Amino acid sequence: MENNNNIDQTLNHLFREESGKMVSVLIKIFGTENIEMAEDVVQDALVKALETWKYNGMPDNPRAWLYRTAKNKAIDVIRRNKHSKLIDFSDPQKQLLTSGYTLETTMDNYWNEDGIKDDFLGMMYGCCHPEISQENQITFILKSLCGFSTKEVAKSFLTSPDTISKRLYRTKEYFRKNRISLQIPTNKQIEERTHTVLSAIYLLFNEGYNSTHADQLIRKDLIGQAMLLCKSLLSNKRTKLPEVYALMALMCFHSARLDSRITREGELILLSKQDRTSWDKVLIQTGEKYLNHAAFGNNLTTYHLEAAIAFQHCAAQQYEDTNWKEILMYYDLLLEIADDPIVFLNRCLVILEYKGPKEALIVLKTMKNTSMLDKYYVYHATLGEIYKRLLNTNLSIKHYERAIKLTQSKQEQQFLKDKIAGKC
Amino acid sequence: MKEFMFLFRGDNDVWDSKSPEEQQEHMQHWEKWIGEMAEQGKFVSGERLLSKGNTVLDNGKIMDRPMTEGKELVGGYLRVKAESLSEATEMAKGCPGFEWEGGAVEVREVWPE
Repeated sequence: MENNNNIDQTLNHLFREESGKMVSVLIKIFGTENIEMAEDVVQDALVKALETWKYNGMPDNPRAWLYRTAKNKAIDVIRRNKHSKLIDFSDPQKQLLTSGYTLETTMDNYWNEDGIKDDFLGMMYGCCHPEISQENQITFILKSLCGFSTKEVAKSFLTSPDTISKRLYRTKEYFRKNRISLQIPTNKQIEERTHTVLSAIYLLFNEGYNSTHADQLIRKDLIGQAMLLCKSLLSNKRTKLPEVYALMALMCFHSARLDSRITREGELILLSKQDRTSWDKVLIQTGEKYLNHAAFGNNLTTYHLEAAIAFQHCAAQQYEDTNWKEILMYYDLLLEIADDPIVFLNRCLVILEYKGPKEALIVLKTMKNTSMLDKYYVYHATLGEIYKRLLNTNLSIKHYERAIKLTQSKQEQQFLKDKIAGKC
Repeated sequence: MKEFMFLFRGDNDVWDSKSPEEQQEHMQHWEKWIGEMAEQGKFVSGERLLSKGNTVLDNGKIMDRPMTEGKELVGGYLRVKAESLSEATEMAKGCPGFEWEGGAVEVREVWPE
């Protein structure tokens, strides 16, 4: 009974990193109509690892052990279903799975390292099919590619396992009915499809980064998974596009500051009050490297600009050193690409720092569509801050109070209450 | 297209005398050979047989071994499609079993439906 804790940890870690790859290969073998079959094999392999390792101790190469076990289980499944109609063996390569002469060799061929990587990426593009809703995309990614249990996915999205099961069911049905091909798209489609994948990854990241979870472990898990997915796109020649590097850089800069954003009690800390010495310098440097890689081609994306902005914040030794001029320039460009009210409001906050509250208010008033914005807590929080700096306490409090009503997040509510109380 | 059966005859001792690595490499050649047939839509099915077995005779007696042994032992079969016996025979020449001495492939047409 050697160190069971250690075994649990290794397995958990392995599972997060490898289960998605195993599931992808198995879905390629069994077909998209048999996703459960693939998930079951991986689950069985995990259970077997847990039982065997606790009894015999950990093998020298746990990853290889897990893969071998999954592969052998897949062979069993094929043998059992050789004559059933469940698996479609009509493809010439799959036909070879039906003969004892070729089953094991063919199975081995499915599990070569490059193939595994490609299948994983193919699966990622499949999960992010444009016709699947983004909500369903990231639910399915967490379950199938990141090895989350239904319960863990539910916890991540602060919803019930039931809701998650329904979402998963709908996505699987879509796969089944439409026979989605799990392949890296053709060069013609690659930019567009990668963009959809990146949106899902960034959403996942933000779920961890901005989420209202008190649970740090879940947050870090989500962030780690999002970065892992993005990194795997960077490991393939065809998918390492500038936009992918840009998002990777952005996530590095953001996560470098993760621990300084929230107090131990779970309260948000403003950028100006964060302890900059606690920022992860190695991660910032890594982000810089990615950002340099992002600077080729002529496609300037929102991730490029957001990363450039985040980098400016990381580069400032103290809040007072922030290069607002440069940041404002990036926001101007950002607004050109993405006519997004959040970007607009964030740009107002930059103007507030760079040119003062009067200027910021003038710009804010140029905004159209204020009826929609009226329901936005950020809009009111921004107005609250502007009026506060204009020393118009009444209007400031009015807008802060409205903002408190509009946000669900306890941390943000507390933060806004502190603003009213003059604590920050 | 007609259907044919390849009956692989030969002694299993050869297989047993090889190392696992040699066996694995050998099976890759089978995969390549059958894979090419599958690509052309000419592979139907096939299985390997264990060398142990019984034979039931017409007098009700049972022999505790296959009917024929040694070089005559049937070690497996493959069902393939081909235009003619001569095409099927040509296909059978590529059998990786010939890499190891003592094998033979019997090519037989399947009784048409």
